[in-house]
Amino acid sequence: MLNFSLPKLEIGTAIEWLVRWIIENLSIIFDVIKNVLDTITGGFNDGLSAVPPVILIVIFALLIWLVTSKTTALLSLIGLALTWNIGLWPQMLSSLVLVVISVIIALLIGIPLGILMTRSARLEAAMRPILDFMQTMPAFVYLIPAVMLFGTGVVPGIFATIIFAVPPPVRLTYLGITQVPDDMKEMAVAFGANDRQVLRKVELPLSLPSIMAGVNQCIMLGISMVVIASMIGAGGLGAEVMRSVNRLDLALGFESGLAIVILAMVLDRVSRNIGSDKVTPASRIIGYIKRWRKTRQEAKEAERGSSSAEEKETEI
Amino acid sequence: MTAKIEAKNLVKIYGEDTEKALELFNRGMPRSEILKETGLTLGVAGVNFEVAEGEIFVIIGLSGSGKSTLLRCINGLLMPTSGSLLIDGNAVEKMGDKDLRSLRGEKISMVFQHFAILPNRSIIDNVAFGLELRGVEREKRRAKAAKALETVGLGDWKYKMPQELSGGMKQRVGLARALVMESDILLMDEPFGALDALIRAEMQEELVTLQREIKKTVIFVTHDLDEALRLGDRIAIMRDGVIEQIGTADEILAEPANDYVEKFLTGIDVSKILDANSIAKWPRGTVRDTESVSVALHRMKKADTDYLFVTEPRRKLAGLVTRDDLLPLSKKRQTSFKDIIREADTILGDTIMRDVYPALRQAERALAVVDENGRLLGVITHNTLVESLDDRKGGDGIAEL
Repeated sequence: MLNFSLPKLEIGTAIEWLVRWIIENLSIIFDVIKNVLDTITGGFNDGLSAVPPVILIVIFALLIWLVTSKTTALLSLIGLALTWNIGLWPQMLSSLVLVVISVIIALLIGIPLGILMTRSARLEAAMRPILDFMQTMPAFVYLIPAVMLFGTGVVPGIFATIIFAVPPPVRLTYLGITQVPDDMKEMAVAFGANDRQVLRKVELPLSLPSIMAGVNQCIMLGISMVVIASMIGAGGLGAEVMRSVNRLDLALGFESGLAIVILAMVLDRVSRNIGSDKVTPASRIIGYIKRWRKTRQEAKEAERGSSSAEEKETEI
Repeated sequence: MTAKIEAKNLVKIYGEDTEKALELFNRGMPRSEILKETGLTLGVAGVNFEVAEGEIFVIIGLSGSGKSTLLRCINGLLMPTSGSLLIDGNAVEKMGDKDLRSLRGEKISMVFQHFAILPNRSIIDNVAFGLELRGVEREKRRAKAAKALETVGLGDWKYKMPQELSGGMKQRVGLARALVMESDILLMDEPFGALDALIRAEMQEELVTLQREIKKTVIFVTHDLDEALRLGDRIAIMRDGVIEQIGTADEILAEPANDYVEKFLTGIDVSKILDANSIAKWPRGTVRDTESVSVALHRMKKADTDYLFVTEPRRKLAGLVTRDDLLPLSKKRQTSFKDIIREADTILGDTIMRDVYPALRQAERALAVVDENGRLLGVITHNTLVESLDDRKGGDGIAEL
């Protein structure tokens, strides 16, 4: 007999209406964003594709060696060469560009947002459910407004990737800064620091490991979006995966999947090592420079010491 | 003469919406009642004092007595809820952000209990930190920091990282960081509280020597009565946010203002906060396990004792040797005494006084005080215990233990 029923709340329709309203009224902004991002990604793609793969692979391996170790660099070299060998190098490059640009934008949004959250308890409380939402909402769903706003292609892929990859840097930046011991901050204030100095000279340096973990997570999530973004024409390795699924082509599926794994592992090792205190060729070079500057400083001090002694004598 | 620092009816209540709590306080409600009524903690409850230029003013009290809160009101890290705090006649509570920053950056420097040394900077850049905030250029601030490090005896450690330093050295860095600012006032928040007995005594000695040269106005917070008596030109004893008595060490010892001070001095309450570490004395002689029989005998003679504690590298305690055991070896012209090291009676440095006495009664000779890594921190003999109680003016303290 329960035939009275609550009317269904039209949440979905409301969101749809909101997005449509945005498209109708703010389309200029999105066009500008789309054009800018298209130009940037296109430029990078063209630039990287113009370099012969062999040279580019060697350059990449050298860069990786600088920030990691010989073994990692060698394995990366093999992995990248393998990708080239199975004919997926151009796709790898366009996926790399997509991930790198998305991650850079996600970090430019995420890290400052994480910092702001440590400054305002209200913002933190408001952001928490939003971040949960962003992380748990199935990533496919972002594709719909992405396509509505930007059409198909790389740019909506970047948009969806950013939304998906932004929560870890926000959270880990917030976590890192809140874990800086209070007595360090108190010390800085007691020596006359203003808010900006406390942030720049105490909080950020001491939370760097946590922030870098956020960067690493951001990259990993970005890569996991590569396949999904290809559903809306972002191209790259994801497109190959999609094609292999459609054709039930196991060989292509495995190869393109493997290429994604290689890309992920290389980016993971690199991002994990940057900002850690591990000894790497780059840190060794920095160490040499520092030591050289120190000895120069000490020599100067010694010189100054003797000259000031002379000055005293002349004064007398 | 005007006072360098002056507190007038200073009240600090923690939390927001302190008006109601303040009103209750003004009506004379005690601290526990205010907490029950409003949920707010009364940190400092109407304190008055004056500190003269060049004086070491010690604030002593048990934990929770409000001594650190009071200290933080002086440089505006905490803002008083009511009352006034004057530095050279200027009210801290009326200062804007900019004035407060220049007060902290130029006039007042602080030394912290847990050192607060930035782990990502070298020693010299830690010392130069305050100057860096002030905007002094790199070469100049480093030169000044190097000089301050010389003053505290760490001239050779400039470019080391904090992890490479011991606790005592870290606090020297903390002291150098404060000295380099050339401010008139030094706030010290239990600066030697985290150090072991030997280093603490050494640092106290050095502070006294240093103060003779620099003549700063020092506010020194501690819970260690020995330290207060040793360092303080004047001492303020705090309880529950109130100063119970202010005076020189002699004045307070001769005429305790009330029962609480009396008890504080005789050690009944003190025994709760004092631990084995704080009464331990460094033995007159020790011997390293690699030294020879004749060296050990010589040192015993010098120290006028018939046993010595034996240490391994890093001051780790190996045990003790007695003269009776050593003499036969000496006759046999044997040089190493490693085989005759006996086990020593030990006690952990953080054992509270109540448990120290029974352990001492059972000990054959002296009690060696060690840290959790087995490093020797000092020694307690029957005499040290009596002396330390005697210091607190009242041999009957033993009965209380």
